[in-house]
Amino acid sequence: MPKAELLDPQGKATSGALARLGHGRFHDVRIGKRFELSVDGEITDEVLAEAKQLAADILSNSVIEDVVAISVDGKTVEP
Amino acid sequence: MTARIGVITFPGSLDDRDAQRAIRLAGAEPVALWHADHDLRGVDAIVLPGGFSYGDYLRPGAIASVSPIMREVVDAANAGVPVLGICNGFQMLVESHLLPGGLIRNAHQQFIRRDQRLVVENATTAWTSEFEQGEEIVIPLKNGDGGYIADEETLKRLEGEGLVAFRYAGVNPNGSLNDIAGLTNERGNVVGLMPHPEHAAEPGFGPDTPEAMRSGLDGLRFFTSALARVL
Repeated sequence: MPKAELLDPQGKATSGALARLGHGRFHDVRIGKRFELSVDGEITDEVLAEAKQLAADILSNSVIEDVVAISVDGKTVEP
Repeated sequence: MTARIGVITFPGSLDDRDAQRAIRLAGAEPVALWHADHDLRGVDAIVLPGGFSYGDYLRPGAIASVSPIMREVVDAANAGVPVLGICNGFQMLVESHLLPGGLIRNAHQQFIRRDQRLVVENATTAWTSEFEQGEEIVIPLKNGDGGYIADEETLKRLEGEGLVAFRYAGVNPNGSLNDIAGLTNERGNVVGLMPHPEHAAEPGFGPDTPEAMRSGLDGLRFFTSALARVL
């Protein structure tokens, strides 16, 4: 997700559209990304640690984004 | 023998040929480099050109910043070789942590293309030495993700240490904090900026000036600066 303190221009534009459609009760829309990674075999602690590392180093840019959750088979395991 | 300045082409680079042309016009020899190689071919300086490498997928510049040749670019930058990142190249420089902060979608969500006035805030870098400190120049700006952001502490350091290389003059075009258009590193060999010096390097193809249409050549001095540095 874009860091909370940063302007999220996409979210802001979407907030404006919701307001125009009469859904102004929903404000401060923020738009992030979801990555789905597949792996063969068991998801061990080591695999999870590697995924966590990737999320921090490559899939997100910690200057502008936060990793808000890592899930395995739909169940949140991090943070 | 003149200086050899490499321009790295990534999948989706658009302005690599323009950068090569500007380098030739500045009197240096352009060397085409390829993202998938681990070879800088012994160049004296490196340009990361504008464009939309990998379609801006993941984040602008993010995938290019981990391409094979970037390992050599980072090593060269750390060894003092002049590196200029233009637009998408600037995004690669922040993604590879050669420069601090990040670049996000323009505040008004629009792609912007205009001749942009800039103030040269640091005329001591490898790419700006042919400018005067505080000089105002005009070169084209064209991007969708040019909003410069950094945390409070980083901004304070950038300002305190004179690492802001260029600032937007007049109306801030994209919401960049402190009107920052370009940065340099402590050593002054790495410079990144959103506007495009390579598009203001040839008479008849640059920004308009009071003297004549499309006669602006302010961009050429980026490349002559690098030439002066490495010769």
